[in-house]
Order: sequence, then structure tokens, then C-alpha cells
Amino acid sequence: MRVTIRLFANFRIGRCKQESREYDSPVTVRDIVEELGIPAPEVGIIFINGRNADMDQALAEGDNLSLFPLVGGG
Amino acid sequence: MADRIYRVNMSDLTVRVEDVREQWSGLGGRGLTSTIVAAEVEPTCHPLGPRNKLVFAPGLLSGTVTANSGRLSVGAKSPLTGTIKESNAGGTASQLLARLGLKALIIEGQPEKESLYSLHVTADGVAIAEEPDLAGKGNFAVVNVMLERYGEKTGVISIGPAGEMKMAIANISVKDPEGKVRSAGRGGLGAVMGAKGVKCITISVPREAAVPIAEPEKFKAAVKIFAKALLEHPVSGQGLPTYGTAVLINVINEAGGLPTRNFRSGQFEQHDAISGETMHDLIEERGGKIRHGCHAGCVIQCSQVFNDAGGKYKTSGFEYESIWAMGADCCVDNLDQIAEADSLMDDIGVDTIETSVTMGVAMEGGLLPFGDGAGIIRILDQDVRTGTPLGRLIGGGAAVVGKAYGVTRVPVVKNQAIPAYDPRAVKGIGITYCTSTMGADHTAGYAVATNILKVGGDVDPLKKEGQVELSRNLQIATAALDTAGLCIFVAFPALDIPEAFTAIVDMINARFGISLTADDVTELGKNILRTEHEFNLAAGFTNKDDRLPEFFSTELLPPHNVIWDFTGEEIDEFWNF
Repeated sequence: MRVTIRLFANFRIGRCKQESREYDSPVTVRDIVEELGIPAPEVGIIFINGRNADMDQALAEGDNLSLFPLVGGG
Repeated sequence: MADRIYRVNMSDLTVRVEDVREQWSGLGGRGLTSTIVAAEVEPTCHPLGPRNKLVFAPGLLSGTVTANSGRLSVGAKSPLTGTIKESNAGGTASQLLARLGLKALIIEGQPEKESLYSLHVTADGVAIAEEPDLAGKGNFAVVNVMLERYGEKTGVISIGPAGEMKMAIANISVKDPEGKVRSAGRGGLGAVMGAKGVKCITISVPREAAVPIAEPEKFKAAVKIFAKALLEHPVSGQGLPTYGTAVLINVINEAGGLPTRNFRSGQFEQHDAISGETMHDLIEERGGKIRHGCHAGCVIQCSQVFNDAGGKYKTSGFEYESIWAMGADCCVDNLDQIAEADSLMDDIGVDTIETSVTMGVAMEGGLLPFGDGAGIIRILDQDVRTGTPLGRLIGGGAAVVGKAYGVTRVPVVKNQAIPAYDPRAVKGIGITYCTSTMGADHTAGYAVATNILKVGGDVDPLKKEGQVELSRNLQIATAALDTAGLCIFVAFPALDIPEAFTAIVDMINARFGISLTADDVTELGKNILRTEHEFNLAAGFTNKDDRLPEFFSTELLPPHNVIWDFTGEEIDEFWNF
């Protein structure tokens, strides 16, 4: 299963902007966050294919996962 | 010394110093400007005529050491929307007016002859002087002239050439601590100031002047709790200071709600070129400043200093809304061109949202190709600044240009341009656009926080459930915050940290020696909204004006392929409180 991961704001520091990863077994947002070495409480906004998602949501083939820290503006 | 009101009559060039009416004593900022406009301005009057009034009011906490309390409210009947209007800005003026003990500065009437004036506000009153040499000058030049005349610490409120020409896109600028400007941007209030013949207002305050605090110890304790909450919350303490508001370019793009190509799509392919992350890296590379406050006492510091490729100052306060409007909405993917236009708009004195959305509509009409940043810069500098026929047309705003070019996709509510969140993909903010007493205004009830950013709860942006209630609660709370003179971004911690909200109430109580409860503050917010709504109804607006333009209900917005699907009855539920 191929998943595209997109990182934003300070999550990019020491990591990447975007990369594609292969998974053989089912994987959740939490698994990927852990794998990236991002402390879970720092994750503010999660999108899967542009829709708000939570940490326990499972990913499917071809999904785009976007991760942001808690940010705001306006 | 008791608080006072200065009333300047531009018809006979006289000034009256008044005591504050008892029923106005608990009000400040938006609560006071809207109350005065509703009480004294005929709702059906022409906004540019002698019967409109322009009211400036510092917030209830302005001038104190409260963090982020330096917002200045400006109110009038709007020439853009025809509704009541309050627009607020940072800068130094609010704190200076508060330290003079001024509750409000009211400008009324209209000079008989076409002439430009300055108003110099001091502890003794207001001196009115003719200023023929300031005619046509941009805001940066006006600020420089006034600082040379009165000294670096002087507060300056001014209009650029757009305000003098009474353009509906004209804003009012307020000098910031570094001698640059911040703007009360929306609703064309610069045109009202121009119609009064007032080019600038300067404020000089004696060194020792301070705002009296009724209960200093209690006040100090609440101030501390409040500042701590601002610094602890991840949005106000880390995200905003590091990436500025432009961090939202990528967030809203990912969410599919970034209006692109005059509201045809919710994603901009070149989003990364204009993102907060890119801006942050460019600022570091070019030796600008990542953190910068729009007023003394700001601990959030969401502003920044953005230099050009040569390392020379270009602009500050480079906001998400401004970058989105000229960027994604006009498809300009060059941050330097956007910075150049931002600086020009500050100098000419026009609202960056209204002006750039107007350009997007004009592009749809064929004036320029989408993506033509150089063309926008040229039109701003050569046409809008000097008032050529094309400049005057753009100066009318998005609705006027849409009509002139026969465009059907015109993103406005009550003639005010819709800002940087597509209401089809962020439905809560759509309710705010519809129902705000100000025309389309995201700051009136920032449902994006709860829809997308997951601050203050979690309401699905693509569903209708809970949006009307969310927008209502946020609009009530925002009206109260705008009355306190607090920056809207204190809402992020105040929504999530209960002590922060309590501290706001405690600070107001200790400042004035009163004992408001949280419920009283909510009631204050409701009363402000009702006062503003009644003004609009008396001006001729009905519930049918609380609607989005038709295309939002008929055109699917990619990538989620969603439409605006609220019925009129559902929207009208908003006013059920």
C-alpha cells in the first residue's frame, strides 16, 4: 500500500516536505506519526485527502496524509 | 480625571469636549463606536455626506499593560456596504488615546470648501489646521511629515490618496511602533474620513499620562495569568510568532478551501510558493524579522519584516489574507510581487482584501490575465493612486467591477468582498459571511478555528450541522473582544484555556472597579450585535441580504466538489437569540 505524506510548518525541520511510503500491513495515522518521530501531542491538524481525520484513522492505498502542528491565523 | 469625548465638527471647524454619557461608560472599542453610530447617525443617510459620523474608540483595556490590548476601533456607516461598520487596527493610536482619557473621538459634519485638514489631539482638545501640502500624499509620507513635526512618539492616523478620492476600497492607516502602518481595512472607512476633509489625525500625550486602574493588585494578577495563557497556547505562543498568519495558506489549501482563480477552485497549485513556510525561509535568508508586533505590549508577534531580494525593507504585517487575495485568488505565485503590491496598497491606503478580490473579478472580466502580478502593480501605482477612470472603477470594489465587466462570479456579501476561506468547503465561516452585520467578514466570527484548526472544539467543515450555533457564539464573543480592544488572536487561547477567558473578565473588572460576570460579557456581545443589526434593518437591509451570491449554490468547488446548501430559513436562525 502506497501513502503520500505531506508535512508542514516546523514538522518539516529535519524531515521532509513530502514523501511516498510503502506499507505491507494496515497502518494508522498514529503509526506514521510515531515512525516520523513527531511527539503525538504536537500534532494539531490531520487531513487525509483534504478531509479532517484523527490519529486512529487507518490509511488506504493512494491516500494523501497531511500533518500540521497546532497553528492558526486569520 | 474623568473620561471624556472629543467631538469635532468639520462643518464649522469647532471642537467640543464632552463628558461621557452614563450609558456609554461601560463601553469601549466596537461596543462604543457602534452604539454612537446607531444613536447619532441616520441609517438612511449617504455615507459620504455630512450626516455620517466617523468615530474612533480605544478598547476598554487599551492603554493598560494588558497584553495585546492596543486595538483601535473605527466606526461609521460604510460607503462600501451601506451597513454599520466597525473596523479595527493595531498601531500606537489606541493606547495614546486611552492614556489621554479619551473614550472616543467623533468627527461629524463636512467642510463647505474642498480642503484638507489635520487634527492634532492633545490633553487640551483638538487643533484643526489646513494642510494643502499633504494633498495626494501616500500614508508613508504623511507619517514622516507628522513625526518630523511632532516627534517620534506621536500617534498618527491617516488616509492615502484613495481616501481623499472617497474610493469605497479606501482604508484608514494607523502608525505602528516602527513608523510603518497598520490598517482599519474593511468597509471603505478611509472614504468617510476623506469626505470629512480629514487627511490625518495626530495624537500627542504627556509622558506621565497613564490609564487609572481601580484595583491595581487584582489587575496585575489577571494580567499575568492572561499573558501566560497567550504564551502557552501553541497557536498564539508558537505557530503565529514563527510563521505568521500566512501559515494558513498551506492549511486551507490542504483543506480544499483556498479560493483560487476568483473562487473557481479550493486549491492553488503553486500554494507552496506563497506559503508561510516559504515566507519564513525567505525572511531568514534575506535578513528580515520573523517576529514583530503591531503594537507595544503584543506578545503574539504574528507580524514580520519582509525584505526584498536585495535585503532591503519591503513590507511588514504581511498577512495571510493579503497574500491569499493577490496570490491564489489572482493566481500570482510570486511572493515578491505580492509584497510589492502589499506595500503599494498600504501607501495608497486601500484594503488589501477588497482591492485584490476586485482584481480577481476584473481578471475574470478580461482586464488582465490571471497570474499577471506586474499588471496588478502597474494598475495600483498608475491608476488607483492617481485616480484615472480605471483607478476609480477598481476603487469602487469587487461588486462595482463585477457589474462593469458583466461578471456573474462576484464573491461579495452586502457588497463586501469575501475573504480567504471558501464558504462551500468551510461552511461555518459561510454563515458568518452571510449574517455578519459588517458584510462578508471572517474576523466577525472566525468559525475556521473550529471547522479546520480544531481550536475551541471540532465541527466538520463540510457539514451543515452545528454551524449556525457556532457562528452565533463566535460572533457574540468577538463583539465583546472587539469592545475590550483585544487582538482577535487572543481568542485561540481564550477558547481552549478557561483561565484566559476568566482573566479577561477580571481585568475589565479591576480596571474599572466593577463586577461583571462571564454572562454579563456574553450579554454585552449580544447587545452590540442587536444594536448593529437594528441599524442595518433601519437602513433598508432585510434577511434576503443575509445570503451568499448565487454561484456558490450552483457551482461545485473542487477538490471536494461541494456547494453551499444552506436554506434561507436555516441562515435566518442565526438571529434567534
